[in-house]
Amino acid sequence: MGEVRVGGQYVLDRARFPEFLSALSACGYDVVGPTVRDSAIVYDRIEKLDDLPVGWTDRQDGGKYRLERRSDEALFGYNVGPFSWKRFLFPPRERLWTAEKVEGSFVVRPEPTGGPRLAFLGVRACELAALDMTDKVFQGGPVADPGYRARRARILKVAVQCGQAGGTCFCVSMGTGPGVRSGADLVLTEILSPGPHRFLLEVGTPLGAEVVARLAPPLSSAAKDEEGLARGIVERTAGSMGRRMDTGGIRDLLRTNLEHPRWEIVAARCLSCTNCTMVCPTCFCSSQEEVPSLDAQAVERWRRWDSCYNLAFTELHGTSVRKSGLSRYRQWMTHKLGTWHDQFGTSGCVGCGRCITWCPVGIDLTEEVAAIRASPGTITTKGGSR
Amino acid sequence: MSIPRRPRLAVWKFASCDGCQLSVLDLEDDLLAIAGRIEIANFREASSAVVEGPYDLSLVEGSVTTVEDVRRIKEVRAESRVLVTIGACATAGGVQALRNFADVEEFTRAVYAHPEYIRTLATSTPIADHVSVDFELRGCPISKAQLLELVSAYLGGRVPNLPNESVCLECKRRGNVCVVVARGTPCLGPVTQTGCGAICPAYQRGCYGCFGPQGSPNIPSMLRHLDYLGMPHPEVQRVFRTFNAFAPAFRAASEAVGEKGGK
Repeated sequence: MGEVRVGGQYVLDRARFPEFLSALSACGYDVVGPTVRDSAIVYDRIEKLDDLPVGWTDRQDGGKYRLERRSDEALFGYNVGPFSWKRFLFPPRERLWTAEKVEGSFVVRPEPTGGPRLAFLGVRACELAALDMTDKVFQGGPVADPGYRARRARILKVAVQCGQAGGTCFCVSMGTGPGVRSGADLVLTEILSPGPHRFLLEVGTPLGAEVVARLAPPLSSAAKDEEGLARGIVERTAGSMGRRMDTGGIRDLLRTNLEHPRWEIVAARCLSCTNCTMVCPTCFCSSQEEVPSLDAQAVERWRRWDSCYNLAFTELHGTSVRKSGLSRYRQWMTHKLGTWHDQFGTSGCVGCGRCITWCPVGIDLTEEVAAIRASPGTITTKGGSR
Repeated sequence: MSIPRRPRLAVWKFASCDGCQLSVLDLEDDLLAIAGRIEIANFREASSAVVEGPYDLSLVEGSVTTVEDVRRIKEVRAESRVLVTIGACATAGGVQALRNFADVEEFTRAVYAHPEYIRTLATSTPIADHVSVDFELRGCPISKAQLLELVSAYLGGRVPNLPNESVCLECKRRGNVCVVVARGTPCLGPVTQTGCGAICPAYQRGCYGCFGPQGSPNIPSMLRHLDYLGMPHPEVQRVFRTFNAFAPAFRAASEAVGEKGGK
């Protein structure tokens, strides 16, 4: 099956999608992908086609997410849900090491790394961008996070180009989507019509080629027809974004507006509940704690997701640095859209819209940026005076 | 070198249902390990054998509802090196603090055949209103894991690691789908302190606020949102008036709704 090549474009009929899932398994991957649970499309183990959200879509707006039936049998006819791939690479709770007292001293045992090889099925362009960002955070510096690095090295990314934009999507503004540019092992574009329900499948890497080569009989090469349809789908999606954000000079805009009256307005709404940071595919804050055994002979170090919205997160010698809701919302947004550039060389926002949809009160960062831009101030401070 | 004395533990009961004391007994697997490091000196729910005080660590359950309670909590404080309140009654006055919003005499007349036998204060108040408290364990009932962490921290001479963050954070860590956003179900998670493990949202129900207000609750925004979700004012008032009705932030919430009147 030497003919499957990187850069090749093939047609995968909808009827053969179960074979595609089997090919992923045959290559040694456990498939993780979209599935319907508790009124939402979440990422979980996929064992068979019926586990996918066949014929389901979602309607999203600020603070609101509803599952709805589609009039067709699309497999990927929805937008991003409450969870991101982050939780598979940077788990909500993780033991980092254990230590035991041994003869007057102690021995530290690092947590074994590894685990199953996972195929992420249905990764959107914005999510590929988010993975690039968390790669920078966890393994881009001089010291890599061993758990993240080990898990990341075992991931196959099967991307899907979005066939529709969600109500809170703004990947076009952030330059991350909806078309997949790079970083995927395989890229699917779902073609519902005209013609039979099928996928354009593009091979991005040798690992991806290995999966496609498992399919027998081999997939036929894509015709100009499919390529054109896929381009059209992505263009149509790009033209129907639910939100937009003007990012021109945004780093400086925020830096020079730290005392803008708009922060008071948003702080009055912000619940400091942490939901935006939990659903964000790039938020990476955590806390670490030691959990000793009752007999004090052993200890475990655990890491858990934490958030800049927590009062205790900035607690230093007994008091919190960011006491007000205002200072915490401002910290989050100015980091995400502004100082992230200083820290990692890009924006920290991919335009997936999760923070807008999953904020219980529907706070919308695109709206907040627009409000500040509409009446920018000139007051610069060195940071949180509140 | 002399063998160090095990610290002495006492467990006290005020106005309460005993559920939090039962959580101590419920530690089961860890109870023997605890007893190996701590002398359970005064715990009447577990044993009538009582070792005289003073005590190194006192766990206090229940709220102050009688004149006798007011006197007794001062005695408990005087013979306790470290005093920790356990449960919503002790930390916020409990469900019995509903009396604080009503006329207690009217209650006693309605409930008891001989109301003249009842000697009670007009209010149910948290322990911290009467004596200084070193640490609080929230919840109705308290969480076993948090209790274990408290005891472990006490024995290790460190600050317990018990976050005052919102239920939402734990809910997301657990992998629950938000019931507010995905179903429009009213939920107190955003203003409530974690500790329960986000049990109710895991079963697609809204949070009832058992662990009381989180570290920085935004009550006005929460009230506006419950209104937006269509929760009638009497229900909003009721949901804030359960186990932590008298916790300042929840009290402010139910009183603010009360002033708006019914809808």
